[in-house]
Amino acid sequence: MRVYIEREEKGLSLEFRGTAGSLLKRLKINPETVIVVRDDALIPLETRLKSGDDLKILSVISGG
Amino acid sequence: MRCRLCSAEPVHNSLCKRHFLKDFEKRVAWTISRYGLIVKDDRVLVASSGGKDSTTASYILSRHAKVDLISIDEGIKGYRDKTLADLKRYSKEHGLNLKIYSFKNEFGLTLDQIIKKTKWKPCSVCGTLRRYLLNRKAKGYTKIATGHNMDDEAQSILMNYLRNSLEISARLGPMTGIHRNVFVQRIKPLYFCTEKETTIYSYLMGFPVSYNECPYVADAYRAGVRDMLNGLEAEEPGTKKNIVDSFLNLLPRLKSEFGKGDISTCGCGEPSRNRACNTCLLIREMKSFL
Repeated sequence: MRVYIEREEKGLSLEFRGTAGSLLKRLKINPETVIVVRDDALIPLETRLKSGDDLKILSVISGG
Repeated sequence: MRCRLCSAEPVHNSLCKRHFLKDFEKRVAWTISRYGLIVKDDRVLVASSGGKDSTTASYILSRHAKVDLISIDEGIKGYRDKTLADLKRYSKEHGLNLKIYSFKNEFGLTLDQIIKKTKWKPCSVCGTLRRYLLNRKAKGYTKIATGHNMDDEAQSILMNYLRNSLEISARLGPMTGIHRNVFVQRIKPLYFCTEKETTIYSYLMGFPVSYNECPYVADAYRAGVRDMLNGLEAEEPGTKKNIVDSFLNLLPRLKSEFGKGDISTCGCGEPSRNRACNTCLLIREMKSFL
């Protein structure tokens, strides 16, 4: 699957089985600080990911 | 996996898009009603940055009152120019009146220039000058609404506690300020919505906002407190809400202890606890750099 991490402006290509929440854990990203988007649709942390998924991890921290 | 209220796909907290949006708006409406944030004939000015929080606040508030938007261009290169472009687009799309005032025009220097010349703490200078301009330009309005969310409030409460500054906490809460001729009351309609929930609302609504961070935020003590709270929230969900709820229980006592000081008026006409307001003191110092 392909994963784009917005805050780090970094794209990854990886093999992963599990939920969106467990992916964040593996990437050491606090789920409180991001939302996960698959094919432009927001998905909950409990969503089971598929091998061909195209994911974006968007930061919720902004402003000022 | 289904929404807990219907058979649609969930987006967050076991709610589908439609029910999440509804739940969020209901919570804002409850906050407005519970704390009397808006009363009949209020004229509300929304302090707008072009970010997700103030955009969400202005969108929902416009269903409850007549609102206009005000934005302060501090002059943060590569950041504010982008958010202002988003804000102009949003205000045009939603038919909202927007006024923009800049540090450069009002004080002679951009925030970037002030920081470069003085080495002052950016968030402290920016906050002081922004508050001054907002209050000054809000004459004729009865309320200034901000996009402060539950994360912002929990951070402020904790920061004041860690710095032994409870008298500053006495000025927090869903509605602050004394409505006199010199001071416009502030309201925080997103008080019970977390930063993550607000991001989700804004994303689902498709608001034209960029989800980037002010480049100066990394300098702030607040960023450390924010990261610590997010760590605690992930371990123990509800931590931020508990901080805010327990603070609200304490707030009447804080107000009675610290809220009695008289507010006088500075020579510039703005409210101040001292003879000269912080902005006038800053401007005096800044003049030596011009």
